[in-house]
Amino acid sequence: MSEAVLATPLRSARAPGRDWLLRAALVGPLVAWMIAFYALPVVAMLLRSVAEPHWTLDNLLRLGTDGVAMHVFLITFRTAAIVTIATAVIGYPVAFALAQMSRAWANPLLLLILLPFWTSVLVRTYAWMVLLGRSGVLNELLRWLGLIDQPMRILNTSLAVYVAMTHILLPYMILPTYSVLLEIDHTLPRAAAGLGATPFGVLRQVWLPLSMPGAAAGAMLVFVLSLGFFITPALVGGPRDMMVALLIQQQVDLVNWPFASALSAALLLVTLLVLAMVHRLLGLERVLRGGRR
Amino acid sequence: MRQARIVHTLLRVWLGLVILFLLLPILVVVPLSLSSASYLRFPPPGWSLRWYVSYFTREAWTSATWLSLWVGLIVAVLATVLGTLAAFGLTRGRLPLRGLISALIVSPLVIPAIVAAIGIYFAFSRAGITGSAVGLILAHTCLAAPFVVAVVSSSLVVFDRRLEFAAMNLGAGPWATFWQVTFPLIRPAVLAGAFFAFITSFDELIVALFVSGSTAITLPRRMWDELRFEIDPTIAAVSTLLVALTLALFLASEALRRRGEWLRAER
Repeated sequence: MSEAVLATPLRSARAPGRDWLLRAALVGPLVAWMIAFYALPVVAMLLRSVAEPHWTLDNLLRLGTDGVAMHVFLITFRTAAIVTIATAVIGYPVAFALAQMSRAWANPLLLLILLPFWTSVLVRTYAWMVLLGRSGVLNELLRWLGLIDQPMRILNTSLAVYVAMTHILLPYMILPTYSVLLEIDHTLPRAAAGLGATPFGVLRQVWLPLSMPGAAAGAMLVFVLSLGFFITPALVGGPRDMMVALLIQQQVDLVNWPFASALSAALLLVTLLVLAMVHRLLGLERVLRGGRR
Repeated sequence: MRQARIVHTLLRVWLGLVILFLLLPILVVVPLSLSSASYLRFPPPGWSLRWYVSYFTREAWTSATWLSLWVGLIVAVLATVLGTLAAFGLTRGRLPLRGLISALIVSPLVIPAIVAAIGIYFAFSRAGITGSAVGLILAHTCLAAPFVVAVVSSSLVVFDRRLEFAAMNLGAGPWATFWQVTFPLIRPAVLAGAFFAFITSFDELIVALFVSGSTAITLPRRMWDELRFEIDPTIAAVSTLLVALTLALFLASEALRRRGEWLRAER
């Protein structure tokens, strides 16, 4: 008994060499599962873009010369940039207002922001179809107010894509920014004000620089997620709003697998480049933890 | 000072407006689902429950719902077991190739779903497991497990290991220590992870779009087909039920998280 008492905690200290085997055995099943059903399929697909019909770079080179593909990538970047700016402009003041409140107020309001976050993207996109459609809520309301005679065409335009995507991605901007703002030592802005800084000066010289890691993390997350958006542009966008993900699906449907793979490789490459940039700037693990230290 | 107060008020008004912007679009599906009209019309000309009846009686909707439910449950169990084990391995000391392993586990959160979906589709169609629940379960587990790893890891990082050492010093073996000390303390995180895993699979469309073929139609896939080709207000009823389900699961996991924090604060 007395031997057992002392043995257990000491054992891990005495034999650290064998311990990692146990940890590897714990991680092993998930790693094996994800390699078999996720990583290998994705890598095999990426290889397809250079290995079919024979070893060639034609599929990847086609990306640069194919007018449609270039145009679609351009639209994708434009959409991602507009949505990122919109979420930042709308979301930063929200995170700021939340951070100024007491926890008793901020926590329930945060739940109201998280709820849409967990609601199905399909449901949220459908809601925007209902709101923006020809006989949708917005058009009926404007007509009832006498502001328009004919229903406006909003659904199936780029504007609808921007609005719906901003709605869906806004929490990704607000949450990391909020959590970084919370960590800022509140005596700093007070000291700045005490030293004669105007409220605007305090915001520009204290709050903004100190909250930048969170805001930048949120913005990068929104940008990366926007690049791969599929459901929303497909349902509320028009034919001229085709984004890369849709083009990939279309190419798969046309059984043009090597070209679909090349497009995927390009989309993945761009995504990883943005992530690498974030990693250099802020550290990726921190971004994925929502900007917290 | 007065200027600061005006800014303060404006910020709160903005906060209120943005929260309305986030919530109202979701709530708009509720009156629509109770409409008596068979087309999109606002405000509804009359009220009825016919779209709920239509949802619960049409085989295309009910079979899709059952498939999504049980695939989601199996995925939740698999992802929770695999993810919790992995979280232990990742947080309890040194591990070779740790960075690589973390990158692999995190990758479904950052790699565009369409890229993963077509990779999985190509591989699974070669293996002949498209159009079946098996394919969906195998793929969805990969997408759901990262959430479990994240939630459980964050509770293990703040876990006080002296409690385990104390249990072992009192003569409990590793097995008894785990089930009587460790697991009860991390249970809220494990259950929250299971909720996230379930919702991830239950809501997943893009992989299902390719893998489910024409024989394993999940609920999101059914909704997608409906939204693309023919919209009748049944989908408003489905959406309302989904919002209610999300709300219930969300509140439950929130209550669990609070309980977890409470347990931690108690120590």
